[in-house]
Amino acid sequence: MAAIVKRQPTDLAKQIFEYAPAPESIDHVKIEPRYGLFIGGKMVAAHSKKRFPTINPATEQKLSEVVEADEVDVDRAVKAADKAFESWSAMAPSRRARYIFRISRILQERARELAVVETMDGGKPIKESRDVDIPLAAAHFFYYAGWADKLEWAFPNRKPRPLGVAGQVIPWNFPLLMLAWKIAPALAAGNTVVLKPAETTPLSALLFADICMQAELPPGVVNIVTGGGKTGSVVVTHPGVKKVAFTGSTEVGKLIQRSLAGTGKRLTLELGGKAANIVFDDAPLDAAVEGIVNGIYFNQGHVCCAGSRLLVQESIAEPLLEKLKLRLGTLRLGDPLDKNTDIGAINSKAQLEKIEELVESGVEEGAEIFQPECKLPERGYWFPPTLFTNVSQSYRIAREEIFGPVLSVLTFRTPAEAVEKANNTPYGLSAGVWTDKGSRILWMAERMRAGVVWANTFNRFDPTSPFGGYKESGFGREGGRHGLLPYLELV
Amino acid sequence: MATALSLSHLGSLMRGVRSVDEVGAEERAASLAKRSIKKASKLWALDLAIRCIDLTTLEGSDTPGKVAALCAKGIRPKPGDASIPSVASICIYPARVADAKAHLRGTSVRVASVATAFPSGQSFLDVKVAETREAVAAGADEVDMVIDRGAFLSGDHEKVYDEIVAVKEACGDAHLKVILETGELGTYDSVRRASILAMAAGADFIKTSTGKVQPAATLPASLVMMEAIRDFVRETGRPVGIKPAGGIRTSKQAIAYLVVLYETLGADWMTPERFRLGASTLLNDVLMQIEKERTGAYQSGDYFTID
Repeated sequence: MAAIVKRQPTDLAKQIFEYAPAPESIDHVKIEPRYGLFIGGKMVAAHSKKRFPTINPATEQKLSEVVEADEVDVDRAVKAADKAFESWSAMAPSRRARYIFRISRILQERARELAVVETMDGGKPIKESRDVDIPLAAAHFFYYAGWADKLEWAFPNRKPRPLGVAGQVIPWNFPLLMLAWKIAPALAAGNTVVLKPAETTPLSALLFADICMQAELPPGVVNIVTGGGKTGSVVVTHPGVKKVAFTGSTEVGKLIQRSLAGTGKRLTLELGGKAANIVFDDAPLDAAVEGIVNGIYFNQGHVCCAGSRLLVQESIAEPLLEKLKLRLGTLRLGDPLDKNTDIGAINSKAQLEKIEELVESGVEEGAEIFQPECKLPERGYWFPPTLFTNVSQSYRIAREEIFGPVLSVLTFRTPAEAVEKANNTPYGLSAGVWTDKGSRILWMAERMRAGVVWANTFNRFDPTSPFGGYKESGFGREGGRHGLLPYLELV
Repeated sequence: MATALSLSHLGSLMRGVRSVDEVGAEERAASLAKRSIKKASKLWALDLAIRCIDLTTLEGSDTPGKVAALCAKGIRPKPGDASIPSVASICIYPARVADAKAHLRGTSVRVASVATAFPSGQSFLDVKVAETREAVAAGADEVDMVIDRGAFLSGDHEKVYDEIVAVKEACGDAHLKVILETGELGTYDSVRRASILAMAAGADFIKTSTGKVQPAATLPASLVMMEAIRDFVRETGRPVGIKPAGGIRTSKQAIAYLVVLYETLGADWMTPERFRLGASTLLNDVLMQIEKERTGAYQSGDYFTID
């Protein structure tokens, strides 16, 4: 480079490329100071006098106050849903489809508002709520709207019938998207719904209640009750509920399954995971690095199908990890509303404490920790992107679901060893395979005990593709034609 | 022809080049293009963009008068505004080098000449080497050569390699930018392979396109080349520059390239010594955007000189 004559640098040239803050505007969003419950087609005052705040995890500021619904509230909701079931299930399917289409169009129209609320209430980066959560939620409603009048073609020679009231409990990691996964197939199949959003992220569901009203959905078809674990258990155990769908932790999933035993209620569970992302020595490395980052640092690792275990072939471990560490240094952590933020806030204080506890255990057990230089904001709940090497299968960080931006790296020597290690977990939700060899992708996919196997990509979702788990990751499928089955009785 | 690498070494070098996942590369480039660059960082990027421009005219109709006008624009992009820097170089055909040199002597703006039977590269090595020598003798500080895509696509990597080595030698002290013409290479795997080949043969810069083939520069192809540079630097310690060229007309595009550069190769590459933008019409849009950032209002195109 010596041949080039150095020019006098201007003042600007001395600076480095700092991205100026680019916050998404929040002026267009209206969050009420307190919310009631959405029962029978309108927002109503609750019987329960208990309320709790929902906060912005990036600032710890209170956004609003919601009700902790009690037995009476849930009973009202289930009765409203039960009453609506009569006419909703008897309605011409093409008319039902029209309501669902209308909901998806309104979701698209109000996408910006929903994205901002999702980010404020949950801490996820606006680029993810804007580009992933909300578009996918709308796509889900579009997709199932199409099925509403084609159920008999979905299951030839059978008579599909709706079940009744579905009690649905959803998690805080993808609040609106999980709502869509639950509500869209239920409505398309002719069921009505009582849904309980997660304790820490109720706002997008309450905004969805407004969308139901705007769509003039018949009263009682969708009911939304807020609250914590107790409210959730009242919803799933209510005798009027014919079908229970739950997404959340394996621990709670087991409790629900136990409580429903013998009741005859239909149940689907989508629970935890400890997915293996497997990189072979012939993989396109730069793409694999992006896939690994997307697999575990997407949504701060609050993803049930996150690729939290990296299995890398020993012969390429060194260059791959070098690239990965370099890449972690470019991740931008901070204000979730900033359009350039890659890593947002941890959803809650409790979750942060859980992540910290598990990371400590990893260090104690002898794994080597790597965290890029990363300034954490003073307020709010934050955890830097973290990578563990020298991890053994027996360490807690290799076995337990951390649900945070923490990656455990293990190595393998042969494809058979990769299969053995990948399957050596009580979970089985997803897996990733990175190789240039098509036959090896198929060979691996055959042997992975996981509901989804991604090849040369990770965390890619589509409403047409069924999603669900093996083993302790749950049962039942959401998405695709399979996603209709849990909401239908086939006569 | 003397080669620095033996044939068997070259073969194993090419076989050892990692593959590129097309979907992954395009997705990564698209996600980086969504970065929101505002205010101070935008002004900084626009200033850098000007300092990195190779202001180009490559037309059959180029005359001494046209080159003179372009040189004046390159030295002082906005008359009366000393805060706007000069561009990096004026990029022209070999026959116009002497004209440009006469206008640019004593300024910081360099003379870059295309060579080696630009844009197709379909000529004889002797001719290519002679053309390079003449361009340098006429005053070119930088030479933008094209690779022989015919040879590359037929698998004759040795021919491509030898030509680059020969042209590099003919360049003497002049800087060598090697144009891969990514739009003709067909796959990102080939783009990556050609990048490694050019760097191993001695390129100071690798450049996407001639501007005469569609598609010209694309963000994913540039990303793949930057990733190849990153790996090459890791292996050899020798930094190589990158020049996306062709089809970059707006500030927004230019900033997207800077973002990809920054997040792939890092701050060390944010300098005209390691990054260039080959463009003919980009400059005025950048000037317009700078004015807009400074005053808050867009000015009419009539306030910016068309040269």
